[in-house]
Amino acid sequence: MTPLSHYLVLGAILFGISVVGIFLNRKNVVILLMSIELMLLAVNMNFVAFSRYLDDTAGQVFVFFILTVAAAEAAIGLAILIVLFRSRRTINVEELDSLKG
Amino acid sequence: MTFLQLCFYFFSAVLVFAAGMVVTVRNPVKSALFLVLAFFSAACIWITLEAEFLAIVLVLVYVGAVMVLFLFVVMMLDIDLAVMRAGFTRYLPVGSVVALLLIGEIALVMISGFTSESFPAPAAHGADYSNSKELGLLIYTVYVYPFEIAAIILLVAIVAAIALTMRRRPDSKYINPSEQVKVNRDDRLRIVKMKSEPKPDQQIGGDA
Amino acid sequence: MKTIYLAIPLVCLFGAIVAGLFGKKIGRTGAHTVTIGGVAIAFLLSLVVYNDVRNGNTFNGALYNWAVSGGVTMQIGFLIDQLSATMMVIVTFVSLMVHIYTIGYMHEDPGYQRFFSYISLFTFAMLMLVMSNNFLQLFFGWEAVGLVSYLLIGFWYEKDTAIFANMKAFLVNRVGDFGFLLGIAAVLYLFNSLDYATVFAAAESHSEATVTSPFGEWSWITVICLLLFVGAMGKSAQVPLHVWLPDSMEGPTPISALIHAATMVTAGIFLVARMSPLFELSETALSFVLVTGATTAFFMALIGLVQNDIKRVVAYSTLSQLGYMTVALGVSAYEVAIFHLGTHAFFKALLFLGAGSVIIAMHHEQDMRKMGGLRALMPITYATMFIGSLALAGIPPFAGFFSKDAIIESVHFSGLWGAGYAYIAVLLGVFLTAFYSFRLLFMTFHGNNRADEHTRLHLDESPKVVTWPLILLAIPSICAGFIFFGPVINGSYFGEAILVKPEHDVVAALANVYQGKEGFGLFLAAVGHGIFAWPFWLAIGGIVFAWYCYCKNLALPGKIAAAFGPLTRIVENKYGIDQLYQKLFAGGSLVLGKFFHRYADAGLIDGVLVNGSAKTVGFISRSIRGVQTGRTFDYAFAMIFGVVVLISVFVWGV
Repeated sequence: MTPLSHYLVLGAILFGISVVGIFLNRKNVVILLMSIELMLLAVNMNFVAFSRYLDDTAGQVFVFFILTVAAAEAAIGLAILIVLFRSRRTINVEELDSLKG
Repeated sequence: MTFLQLCFYFFSAVLVFAAGMVVTVRNPVKSALFLVLAFFSAACIWITLEAEFLAIVLVLVYVGAVMVLFLFVVMMLDIDLAVMRAGFTRYLPVGSVVALLLIGEIALVMISGFTSESFPAPAAHGADYSNSKELGLLIYTVYVYPFEIAAIILLVAIVAAIALTMRRRPDSKYINPSEQVKVNRDDRLRIVKMKSEPKPDQQIGGDA
Repeated sequence: MKTIYLAIPLVCLFGAIVAGLFGKKIGRTGAHTVTIGGVAIAFLLSLVVYNDVRNGNTFNGALYNWAVSGGVTMQIGFLIDQLSATMMVIVTFVSLMVHIYTIGYMHEDPGYQRFFSYISLFTFAMLMLVMSNNFLQLFFGWEAVGLVSYLLIGFWYEKDTAIFANMKAFLVNRVGDFGFLLGIAAVLYLFNSLDYATVFAAAESHSEATVTSPFGEWSWITVICLLLFVGAMGKSAQVPLHVWLPDSMEGPTPISALIHAATMVTAGIFLVARMSPLFELSETALSFVLVTGATTAFFMALIGLVQNDIKRVVAYSTLSQLGYMTVALGVSAYEVAIFHLGTHAFFKALLFLGAGSVIIAMHHEQDMRKMGGLRALMPITYATMFIGSLALAGIPPFAGFFSKDAIIESVHFSGLWGAGYAYIAVLLGVFLTAFYSFRLLFMTFHGNNRADEHTRLHLDESPKVVTWPLILLAIPSICAGFIFFGPVINGSYFGEAILVKPEHDVVAALANVYQGKEGFGLFLAAVGHGIFAWPFWLAIGGIVFAWYCYCKNLALPGKIAAAFGPLTRIVENKYGIDQLYQKLFAGGSLVLGKFFHRYADAGLIDGVLVNGSAKTVGFISRSIRGVQTGRTFDYAFAMIFGVVVLISVFVWGV
């Protein structure tokens, strides 16, 4: 059967790709959110793989919770995005620098 | 190579490809669709790991709900793609280096640390094994409080999303039928008594 | 007896508090009644204690544990032995005389109650000092007498010179006290105790302990003794810390008598005598003490020759006599030093109070050149001062003869390094002493009256409250010497209060001279021995020379002064030590202060620390502000980089 490490490396690759995504699409909040979803997917992949190889269903319970939180995060994130777009007419991260003193 | 392994490598390839496309394609709509593909492949891989319930949930919740939400948002917003793409290639090298470093380092640890000798795959479960039942048993016993909290988080997320996006536009005009019905005469009509006044032209004439 | 011990200082403190805080309410009479009453009780009780101690009942014990810290117990305790009992009697007696005298001297002064409060407080502090059985209480008394001395020198605080003088006294004493405090710290470090008895018992076993300093290897005992002696030098006005004493004559005369002649300045002498078990272990310290004393004795006497202010002459004579006592300490003749301290207290108080009496009569004129011929007008003052001068000059059978002769003989017998120099210094000092004290007497009481018309008309003998103390002080000035000479030199007087090593015991050598003589026989032997020795003839020579210069050939002093032109000027300038200190320390402090103001305060503190820290923060903030772009993805990048670095550290274990 497929060794555990293959699943873990798959997770690492997914994680790396999402990091690249954050670097490349540093202006587009939507793609940034998608990259974060990918990152969570990479983590979930590790959890599921460990759950299988350690024969412990608890790992899947955590994936369940992560999915819950990720869904909530996506919902709120997108809501914020909408509000942001309404008030600023843009979702360009570079223009969102009101934090700077 | 067994069938299961074949499936794994196939779906892994699809997943990596889809993920790559998510972060590189020009159009956010296509990104979202590739993300759907990635989630699908991930769900398939999870099935090879005997996590059937989660695989289904991933498809139903993510592909069915979250990704649709993404698509809606992407289509709703008027995004200037040209501006968004500026500096795309400038950050490619540094991003790739950082990502490769990350992947390389993690892989180094994973491959040396989690070999098939140290972590042999346990035997596959029998036909009467139900992943959903096992998960349900855990969630409703050991993890019942975290589960309740997760439920509250979702509720809060729903409320927050609505509260954030709902707005009342001041320039829109509308009528309230219940108030219309409740109106009586005194609210609308006022009778004023006053003295009769002389005609204006008479007064002017007197002065002249 | 414990109650009596405690009562002696406390009645004085009570008097001081009542007169000081309630002076307005109780009035002048009330103030002097309560303070004189207090001191009189203290004197009588001291006599009781003295008698008790003579019968062999010494006491050493703590009354109250003040604090315990790090294994060191700080106590209030009394050590009552022959030494402290003697000091108590001297202090209370002179203090009582001065209290009574003050009624007459200060009767016009607006600060009458304040003055009585101060002198009673001084008596309390001095008693605490001499009765102490540990270093801490000693230091308390030490500082307290210093404080009262400061207050009293500046008693007439409207006078600029008085303010300058009390400041000077305080600062110079601070130098001494610093050494003293260091000495106490060294004692604490070495013996881990502040109790006299403990320290003295352990002294012998620590005599080999050494301390390494930039100036080589030193014995701990020597260091302790030298530091303690620095304190004694400050209080007892030894060269080079003597400069404050002549200036302290700015204070009222009773104070000069009480504090700056009879008691407080002898605190240093008392200290060294008390520390005899320590000093005996260090010949280096003893030689230092000896040379310092001899220098003070001779050179201060020289200055006394050229002073014209009546009080200053007496002040310089005090310095010189303190030098004699220090010399006695240096040759291990502690008993003789205390003996001279006692006799000196009587006749010096007498001389000061006599001078004060003259000053009252002259309407606060202190310049001797404007006096003269007062003998007929002030017979009691003249007679008592004549006795005092004879005692000071060391003419037998007056008190000063016995004590001073004993000192000179002790020095003669001593084999300590520096004893030769000291012997010559004290011998010449005898001549000078006789000369200046009779110069004072002749200029004041003999010859023509040089006072102005107005003063001359009012010249009269002082009131009884002034003359009675003079008479009472004249009695011990005559006889105290002989009474105590025998017990002191044969070593029975102080018993175990003073410890002398056999090889240093010059007093025993002195006692050998008078072997087997007692009572009147001893008196005759001592006088006979004195008459055929150098000091007596030197003293007589001084007196005769003074008489010739100031009664016969009045032009001679001027001629002598002119002949020794430069030397005279040096002496008149007091060797320029005052100017040196003024330039070196006062001026140096100013320069140092300016330097520190410019570079340390303005440059370092303000520039580097205060503004510098602000500037540094500003600079760092400006540099770091670049990081705070406010753009979200910069923060995201920072996080990712952080993760990568952390993983790298984890993987490669950097």
